[in-house]
Amino acid sequence: MAERKASALWDNQIVKGALVESVRKFDPRIQARNPVMFVVEVTALAVTMILVKNILAGRTSLVGFELQIALWLWFTVGFANFAEAMAEGRGKAQADNLRKTRTQTQARQIKQGQEIMVPATSLRRDDVVMVKAGEVIPGDGEVIEGVAAVNEAAITGESAPVIRESGGDRSAVTGGTTVISDWIKVRITANPGETFLDRMIGLVEGAQRQKTPNEIALSILLAGLTIIFMLVCVSLYPFALYGGTTLTLPVLVALLVCLIPTTIGGLLSAIGIAGMDRLVQHNVLAMSGRAVEAAGDVDTLLLDKTGTITLGNRMATAFLPVLDVRVEDLADAAQLASLADETPEGRSIVVLAKREYNLRGRELMDTDARFIPFTAQTRMSGVDIGDRKIRKGAADQAVKFAREHGGATPPELAGIVERIAKGGGTPLVVVDGARVLGVIHLKDIIKEGIKERFARLRAMGLRTVMITGDNPLTAAAIAYEAGVDDFRAEATPETKLALIREEQAQGKLVAMIGDGTNDAPALAQADVGIAMNAGTQAAREAGNMVDLDSNPTKIMEVVEIGKQLLITRGALTTFSIANDVAKYFAIIPAMFVIGYPELQSLNVMHLATPQSAILSAVIFNALIIIALIPLALRGVRYRPVGAASMLTRNLLIYGLGGVIVPFIGIKAIDLIVAALHLA
Amino acid sequence: MGNAIIQVGIFSALVTAISVPLGLYMARVFAGEHTMLDPVLRPIERLVYRLCGVHPEAEETWVEYAVSMLLFSMVGMFVLYAMERLQYYLPLNPQQFGAVAPDLAFNTAASFTTNTNWQAYGGESTMSYFTQMAGLAFHNFVSAAAGIAVAIAVIRGFVRRSAKTIGNFWVDLTRAILWVLLPISVVGALVLVWQGVPQNFSPYAQVKTVEGAEQVIAQGPVASQEVIKELGTNGGGFFNANSAHPYENPTPLSNLLEMLAIFAIAAGLTHTFGQMAGDRRQGWALFATMGLLFLVGAACAIKAEHRGNPQFAAMGIKQAASATQSGGNMEGKEVRFGIVNSALWATITTDTSCGAVNSMHDSYTPLGGLIPLLNIQIGEIIFGGVGSGLYGMLVMAVLAVFIAGLMVGRTPEYLGKKIEGREMKLAMLYILIFPTVILLPAGVAVVAKAGLAGISNPGPHGFSQILHAYSEASANNGSAFGGLNANTPFYNVTLAIVMLFGRFMMKVPVLALAGSLAAKRAVPPSAGTFPTGGAVFVLLLVGVILIVAALTFFPADALGPIVEHLAMMQGKLF
Repeated sequence: MAERKASALWDNQIVKGALVESVRKFDPRIQARNPVMFVVEVTALAVTMILVKNILAGRTSLVGFELQIALWLWFTVGFANFAEAMAEGRGKAQADNLRKTRTQTQARQIKQGQEIMVPATSLRRDDVVMVKAGEVIPGDGEVIEGVAAVNEAAITGESAPVIRESGGDRSAVTGGTTVISDWIKVRITANPGETFLDRMIGLVEGAQRQKTPNEIALSILLAGLTIIFMLVCVSLYPFALYGGTTLTLPVLVALLVCLIPTTIGGLLSAIGIAGMDRLVQHNVLAMSGRAVEAAGDVDTLLLDKTGTITLGNRMATAFLPVLDVRVEDLADAAQLASLADETPEGRSIVVLAKREYNLRGRELMDTDARFIPFTAQTRMSGVDIGDRKIRKGAADQAVKFAREHGGATPPELAGIVERIAKGGGTPLVVVDGARVLGVIHLKDIIKEGIKERFARLRAMGLRTVMITGDNPLTAAAIAYEAGVDDFRAEATPETKLALIREEQAQGKLVAMIGDGTNDAPALAQADVGIAMNAGTQAAREAGNMVDLDSNPTKIMEVVEIGKQLLITRGALTTFSIANDVAKYFAIIPAMFVIGYPELQSLNVMHLATPQSAILSAVIFNALIIIALIPLALRGVRYRPVGAASMLTRNLLIYGLGGVIVPFIGIKAIDLIVAALHLA
Repeated sequence: MGNAIIQVGIFSALVTAISVPLGLYMARVFAGEHTMLDPVLRPIERLVYRLCGVHPEAEETWVEYAVSMLLFSMVGMFVLYAMERLQYYLPLNPQQFGAVAPDLAFNTAASFTTNTNWQAYGGESTMSYFTQMAGLAFHNFVSAAAGIAVAIAVIRGFVRRSAKTIGNFWVDLTRAILWVLLPISVVGALVLVWQGVPQNFSPYAQVKTVEGAEQVIAQGPVASQEVIKELGTNGGGFFNANSAHPYENPTPLSNLLEMLAIFAIAAGLTHTFGQMAGDRRQGWALFATMGLLFLVGAACAIKAEHRGNPQFAAMGIKQAASATQSGGNMEGKEVRFGIVNSALWATITTDTSCGAVNSMHDSYTPLGGLIPLLNIQIGEIIFGGVGSGLYGMLVMAVLAVFIAGLMVGRTPEYLGKKIEGREMKLAMLYILIFPTVILLPAGVAVVAKAGLAGISNPGPHGFSQILHAYSEASANNGSAFGGLNANTPFYNVTLAIVMLFGRFMMKVPVLALAGSLAAKRAVPPSAGTFPTGGAVFVLLLVGVILIVAALTFFPADALGPIVEHLAMMQGKLF
């Protein structure tokens, strides 16, 4: 898996672009999308106008203070703009890389059997093109004829070529990738501007970004809090008047802006964009932010056994001879029987014999060896060398073969065969003419580290279900060894769909991975359907994510990224609200220093002057946005430790920390403000 | 100190002991399951339904439920208004009281319909026995029952799955009255009569005091009113002095029983919730949250009152407890109850939306008076009003789950129900209305001439009086901080409107929330689910409740009780 390299957080190029972009984002039409920051901008404007009015009227005693308040309010908006622009900039940097591949290519369109050269942009759905070695595939499509090696580095970052061929599950090709050998005929499946690459560029740039359900709910919370604090500040004016204090607008605005959740409000969209960006870094392309969020909520994970939990094929793991046979003889016979067997199982037998018993593969071409291939009828394969007839195959067939040649069945054979079958393996009995030599143990090899990954998923609260066509006995053994929570044996493609519906009926969210056309219904039904990029076009259309690496275990990263996205939002929301406590202690005593000097005992931070107290709170409120940009872009670190302990941990860091940090921060800023005589 | 711990400890243990069986009993009642009282009450219930044309088996959607509830309350309010205006012509009026003034009648009708029982009048000098019994006492029952009904409907919303309906308002209302409020009231009234509370229709007694002066002693059906006043967290006393009056609250035992009655149903409902949710720990978590907030408040109030006023010490007045005096700040308190039982009562009555008082909160030390105010501003969810406390706490739980729930990396869930945009909108609406109807009218009152005319002390204390009045009205408490002359058209009308908003404008979104949740499927819990039955959740919920209330009301409170306290420490009194 080639991870797309994340650009350094403070990449010069991105920062420069983001600075320009953040100025453009002052446009109130853009700000209006974010109620919290919109309020800040409107109040900043109001304070600026008051400032100008005061200057024109010659009331200059507080100009320095009010100017600084106004400036820091504008900075607050600017910092939030900058955070969003940074997140978008990082996406754009990736999009630019992609865009380079979308150069003006020429395509050989086939019309009435004639090849004609047309620009790639003029291709429409269902046009057919021919692509030859060295040429760039002009658009997304499906191979309808031919086989070719294709370099997909342009979208996956992986330079090793992949095979694309007509029919089957490897027929989809992507525009912008290059054919490096042979030729293929491709039926185009996407109009220009709607291709995979276009969508990918749009997504990483954030152009097609829509608010996700959780983001909407959170925005409502933030808007509600903003309204509450506006009420607080509006009512504070008459309250103060009652006590003989006339509050000025800049001071009231300072309190308001400090109280409304600007930290999370300013970083919310950056968090969402950065989440999509992290997925792209893992070479996963989500069709919508909704899908990423759903990934964090997934309860059940459906996994195909083959390729996901086990390596693709069964492997020989042991030779088990019957009583009077030496294990070397069995290994030797098994190797001879498998020399011409090109199946992965056959090859694994040769390799095992070589590794365990140092038996070299022999060239049998010059002897009078005759190979007997496997057929569904005989369910055996083997080799005839002169009179020697060596066979390996299903137990019943092999025993029958020995008996036909006048041999007997060793009594212990049945025990060995049964033991292997019960353990989830496949027994292959080896016979040499009349003599039964023993059994080869073929076994599904569980991928390394998969058990730990499932344990991790379990800690995250996910249930894993293995889907396999094996019989229940074999399935149970593999399920146990891999550590999945449940399995479905003897499954058909329909089983997946039924299982997903079953789980969803219980209110659970289901994720699955698929590549074949027969996976498409299940991919569409699943809440998170990840299609392999190597899979069919139908599968890619049905899923809501595409894994460019076609790595089935990628789903775990996707789930973690989904969770991380939600955690980051929650953490910054908690932090933002907790911050308000300290701001009250800074601003309230300062506001009423004349009307109620007694309130000075609430000035627990011992801030220098009322003005520096208010100013320091506003400065802290603005700077904290900048300080938290890295956290928003990188996300809070996710640990699979279960909800209860994660909650406790995050509450301590972001809740309690959120209460304490601003006390320290505001005090520090106040010291600087006082030292510089700013207020 | 020891005394305080024993008193509060006994009270807390009794509340806990009562709440569990009562809560489980209520769960049975509202599920329509068999109870001991069925042989007597079932026929009555059937008769009520037949007379009122209720079809008990027909369930209502949240909209229908809300319309039923509003219709019932509005009609009840108009009838009460008419009764007050026409009481001169109605029976049981031995004192020949005339019609109640329109603004006061409106205020009182709104007050009793909303379970607030804010009393801008003195009961014994304004209301006839008929108005007290058929009007006010009737509302004491039905407004409490309506609160319980809504709470039950909201619980159903949380625990039902893919459901369209949340119960039948008329059935819940009837069962709340017949099975819960009436039986306890009958027994409670008899116990109070045994303790010396009068229950008669006699004209007021004319007596000669020891000094030979003439005194009129008010009489009436006090016991029956008294018990529902506490049990239904109504708080409207038969007499102006409320439970400080020896006829309402004659003995230490009656004092304890009345305090228990205030908490009983609200505390029990937490277990009703747990039982109906099929996970009793969920109920215990809410109970623990409420209990923790109650104990902290009680401790602060008792401590503040014990400490008394430092200015008195400077004047050589002894404030330490001794064999002959209870010590501390005894202004406005009954010597019979002393500091602990007064401050404890003040905490209890403001934790719930009861508002019955056995001491005058206006006379508390600034910090001692801040606790009742904070309790009210928290939204009456520390056990809270019967029903309203539970659903208010559930809204806070939804908020807490949403804020912190994201931090476990899932869409926040409560009892398996996902909290999404629509739920958040309704919860925020509920949370928003409360400060709106406190802060905005209070902001007007502190600068308007009509508002300032009502206050009886200058400076921050006068501010506190106004802030208290609107806080109490919107929280439907009605404990009357006192000091404020509220029987003016300005206060009668504005407070009545605030009470109506604080009750019904909050009930409607919470019913909508229930309807929205009921329609959802429930996600079975897993290791990744936010746990809502344990200590972490309790602490989180306490934190969210305190922070939301503190952030909303800190500036206002700073200008009232807090500045008053700080001034007192520096020798300045108001």
